[in-house]
Amino acid sequence: MFILKIKCQRKTVKRESIDIYELYKGFTGRKILFIVVLLIVLPSMALVAILQGPASIGIKDAIFSLFHSSTLAHTIIWYLRLPRIVMAILVGIGLSFAGTVFQALLKNPLASPYTLGIASTAGFGAALGIVFNVGILSQYVIAGNAFLFAILSSFIILGVAKWKSSTPETMILAGIAIMYLFSSLTSLIQYQGSMEEVHEIVFWFFGSLSKVSWKEIAIASFMIILPLPILLKWSWDFNLLALGDESAKALGVKVEKTRIIGILLASLITSGAICFTGIIGFIGLVSPHIARMVMGGDHRFLLPASSLIGAILILMADTVSRTIWAPQVIPIGIVTSFIGVPFFFYLLIKRKREYW
Amino acid sequence: MLNIKQLDFNYHNIKALEDIGLNLNRGEVLSLVGPNGSGKTTLLKCINRIVKPKKGSIFINGKDTSKMNSIELAKQIGYVPQATPSKFPMTVFDAVLMGRRPYISWRPTRNDLDIVAQILNVMNLKDMALRDFDQLSGGEKQKVLLARAFAQDPEILLLDEPTSNLDLRHQIEIMELISLMVKEKNISAIMAMHDLNLASRFSDRMVMLKSGRIFSIGNPHEVITSENIISVYGIDVQINKDNNYPYMLPVKVADERR
Repeated sequence: MFILKIKCQRKTVKRESIDIYELYKGFTGRKILFIVVLLIVLPSMALVAILQGPASIGIKDAIFSLFHSSTLAHTIIWYLRLPRIVMAILVGIGLSFAGTVFQALLKNPLASPYTLGIASTAGFGAALGIVFNVGILSQYVIAGNAFLFAILSSFIILGVAKWKSSTPETMILAGIAIMYLFSSLTSLIQYQGSMEEVHEIVFWFFGSLSKVSWKEIAIASFMIILPLPILLKWSWDFNLLALGDESAKALGVKVEKTRIIGILLASLITSGAICFTGIIGFIGLVSPHIARMVMGGDHRFLLPASSLIGAILILMADTVSRTIWAPQVIPIGIVTSFIGVPFFFYLLIKRKREYW
Repeated sequence: MLNIKQLDFNYHNIKALEDIGLNLNRGEVLSLVGPNGSGKTTLLKCINRIVKPKKGSIFINGKDTSKMNSIELAKQIGYVPQATPSKFPMTVFDAVLMGRRPYISWRPTRNDLDIVAQILNVMNLKDMALRDFDQLSGGEKQKVLLARAFAQDPEILLLDEPTSNLDLRHQIEIMELISLMVKEKNISAIMAMHDLNLASRFSDRMVMLKSGRIFSIGNPHEVITSENIISVYGIDVQINKDNNYPYMLPVKVADERR
């Protein structure tokens, strides 16, 4: 009887399949549309950001001076505002992308780029550079140290994973242990440091986009952008990991390899993003969630959308941080929380589905 | 089509499977039964290479699975785990589409989407195509996982207790779907089962495992006997053979295991 039922359905199946196909195409189309909207919003926001600042520069002057080097506006835009804006976008993309990857690999909605202890090891490296001025790269003592120690934390964790087990739980616990260890080491350094040095360390932990040069942007973008296409190509694997390691393996995903290389690349992105700017919190945790609430969990769309949202949020926060109290600049880390947290709460309460 | 030869598997020095030899024919539904910890799930995982056997080999259509790469294997074997909640949102359509992953590099083709749409239709899941997987009932989830395995278009289906925690209607529905697909596509299926009666009703052959070894193998009449059940489970049962398939009624815990 059951077979008969299916046989009868077969006649209408063709037509109804097309209905589902159209339904799904519409569903995918809406995601693409959302990404396109973000792609329009981001440059417009950047344009608005260029025009904001103590020296008032009109839109015409701004565009004119971009290509004419003689004006004062040219100097302000090319050496003060634009590097800041470009770095904000880079860091926003990097932290949000890495956050999404960490959440997928660790299968934990609470994961962020800093879950595996990167923030505290990087901070320790920076503090080492600030107080004792010891580092491998003489020109970039602080940034170089921050980068090296950030990468070190992921190596420690992967070492533990390789030696013991590569389950997300083991890695997260190891990350927490590393975080506590390096936080106390940083406190120890602060205890030794002078007032100014302690002040600088505290500032580094706030994160700042001031004093960014084009050369630094070039170095950071290298580390942030290079791993993106590789990880983006693994979108399907990230989707499958949400089904559980065993199901993912059964569908052909090399789970351990994906997790280890994925964490390495995401750590590289994070280290590149924070080594010149310090720890800008919250963005890497929250942008993936905002994107997921709007368009679901398919990483092919989620990764780009979350990156763009991160870039927009940081750009917005930075613009506010340097205009609201001008000429004072509020540390960007503080403003990102002020802008992001209420927005996040709004989405959390408004959301229709239970996500985690 | 599937040959397992002298398979051994250990979990940290504890023998989980020992000297398993098994042949599976095309178009056959075979169930693995046995108490908890007898090695049913482990055997499924070995076949699928989720875990690597310590000794022995597994051939699919004459080809050694240890020499196949993960994508090749994923095209041959579909695995239906016990339903687990996913941490992140996913629509039913996307969940089933993941079964096409071994065939997709980046963008699913029209063909992939059509296959998914058709399976959703045949399995009566079309009304929930864009609903969140986690919001479904246990029975619906199990159907979606089954749909995903069908979308994978495998030669062999492995199912880990496909009917556990389901209501009666869903149990029978799931089992009928499995039998139907196996016959219609001329593939084969291995299911780990707890419910001996359901297994007997829907299997061509059964394997009874005891402490990682095959205790009894054959058609349901040969496997579901009161002697076997008292030896393996330590339970006195009554066997009824009124229908084409034997079914058993547990009576009490046996005084001593033989």
